[in-house]
Amino acid sequence: MAGLIANTDLLQQILTGFVRDEVRKVGVKKVVLGLSGGIDSALVAFIAARALGAENVHAICMPYKSSNPESEAHARLVAQACGINFTVVPITPMVDAYFEMFPQADNMRRGNKMARERMTILFDHSALYSALVLGTSNKTELLLGYGTLFGDMASALNPIGDLYKSHVWQLSEAMGVPSEVIEKKPSADLWAGQTDEEELGFSYRQVDELLYRMVDLRLTRDELIAAGFAPEFIDNIYRKVQNSHFKRRLPVIAKVSNRTIDRDFRYSRDWGK
Amino acid sequence: MDFTAVLAQIKPKLGCVTDNLALIEEHIQQAISAKADLIVFPELALTGYFLKDLVPEVARRLDSPEIKRLVELSRDISIAVGIVEETDDYRFFNSALYLEDGAIRHLHRKVYLPTYGLFDEQRYLARGERFRAFDTRFGRMGMLICEDMWHLSSSYILAMDGATSLLCLSSSPGRGVEGDSLGSADAWQQLTSTTAMFLNCRVLYCNRVGYEDGVNFWGGSEYIAPSGESVVRARLFEEDAVEASIAEGALRRERIFSPMLRDENLFVTMQELRRIERERGR
Repeated sequence: MAGLIANTDLLQQILTGFVRDEVRKVGVKKVVLGLSGGIDSALVAFIAARALGAENVHAICMPYKSSNPESEAHARLVAQACGINFTVVPITPMVDAYFEMFPQADNMRRGNKMARERMTILFDHSALYSALVLGTSNKTELLLGYGTLFGDMASALNPIGDLYKSHVWQLSEAMGVPSEVIEKKPSADLWAGQTDEEELGFSYRQVDELLYRMVDLRLTRDELIAAGFAPEFIDNIYRKVQNSHFKRRLPVIAKVSNRTIDRDFRYSRDWGK
Repeated sequence: MDFTAVLAQIKPKLGCVTDNLALIEEHIQQAISAKADLIVFPELALTGYFLKDLVPEVARRLDSPEIKRLVELSRDISIAVGIVEETDDYRFFNSALYLEDGAIRHLHRKVYLPTYGLFDEQRYLARGERFRAFDTRFGRMGMLICEDMWHLSSSYILAMDGATSLLCLSSSPGRGVEGDSLGSADAWQQLTSTTAMFLNCRVLYCNRVGYEDGVNFWGGSEYIAPSGESVVRARLFEEDAVEASIAEGALRRERIFSPMLRDENLFVTMQELRRIERERGR
């Protein structure tokens, strides 16, 4: 499918330009990002290093005690490959201290807490370095809602939020992300052996093909079925997109005045920049 | 008459009229030093593009100090520039000014305000209602603002009104990364080239660069000869200023080789358009 094959030179040019322009126009030079050892944050690290110079990029790896040790090794490898600053801040003490009060908490609560713990560390370092926090969520997971609201979905700028996972793979290869990171199975790394595709119940390639036609090309359900997608798969994905839409919006404000923020008080974020 | 035109591919700051005026002046001074005859700026060069509720704040009356300053500068070079215009009855237009010899020679108000996809212009701006060619030191011209050019009738009307140069001031967002080159750049290059070729007109296309809220503006400003050939093209995505040497002879020769415009039958066109209008009104 042509739409899922991207011109990686163009992407690189637009995305590095985006980081450079949007960071500098707010009057800062640096960025900070969480480096998990996975491909999405690796790609963002490469884009940021290319855009701002490696010395202006601070990567923080924030493992929990159950994280796969390979993840930290891969994060380190990525940081070395693009020459950026690298710090490890384990989140085990904070997360464990909290769940001592709630020992019965399930995996979802624990995973969300970890994602939000990492977010607070990134935004703290944003103040420490005078740096903007870069987001690392791709379009596939943003559309599916496969992320934690105010956790890994929180950032100041996201260079890859309009790239499907399929694009992330292509651009990572073009930009020289280490092959170990590109080739391994995507994982949220919340518990040992977890993989995204097993948890989601379909592969990224499958769902990218569908999302591209559903969202970007706006094919109807009938057209999608005619294109060979199973009706249950289409309906399942449509529901996921619909049910996670709240994660892609600002909190809803009850309107009482004539000018309510974001409804009839409308300004670009780059107002005055 | 032969003349040289500079396409000033600038990066305006969103909502910062003072800063943008300084940037525009800087480019004007450089073009004057380079002995250029005309300088073309992008759509909304004085204000930036995704203005939304900023429109009334950045709008300027034609007798405002900023516009007067630009008019003053046009004693030394002709200037085409995009602004938000405020009228006496408090309407706000996405306008393009053509300034020459210390006077406003022409004012074009954008007719086609896109309000689809990522665009929302008609929510904030009033719609212009005319396309008129106008006389300049360099022959008869017509001005278009970005989306105007995507309606064939706009360029057609200007050409029938005698324009030999079409100035298109643009703030075109870049999108489409599937092909060998940027989708919107491809589409625009086809459009400007085809328009020039069909109407035997020159096209001077000036597009801005920079990012606003993650949207990139792709630049690629260019001069297209009446043959449809792209003569000079500015860089993609980066600030630039390119100079085009425009030869009167090339226009004359093209209109001899391909006299489509001479043969255009205004009578048939009008007759059929009137019929269509009548039938639609039923």
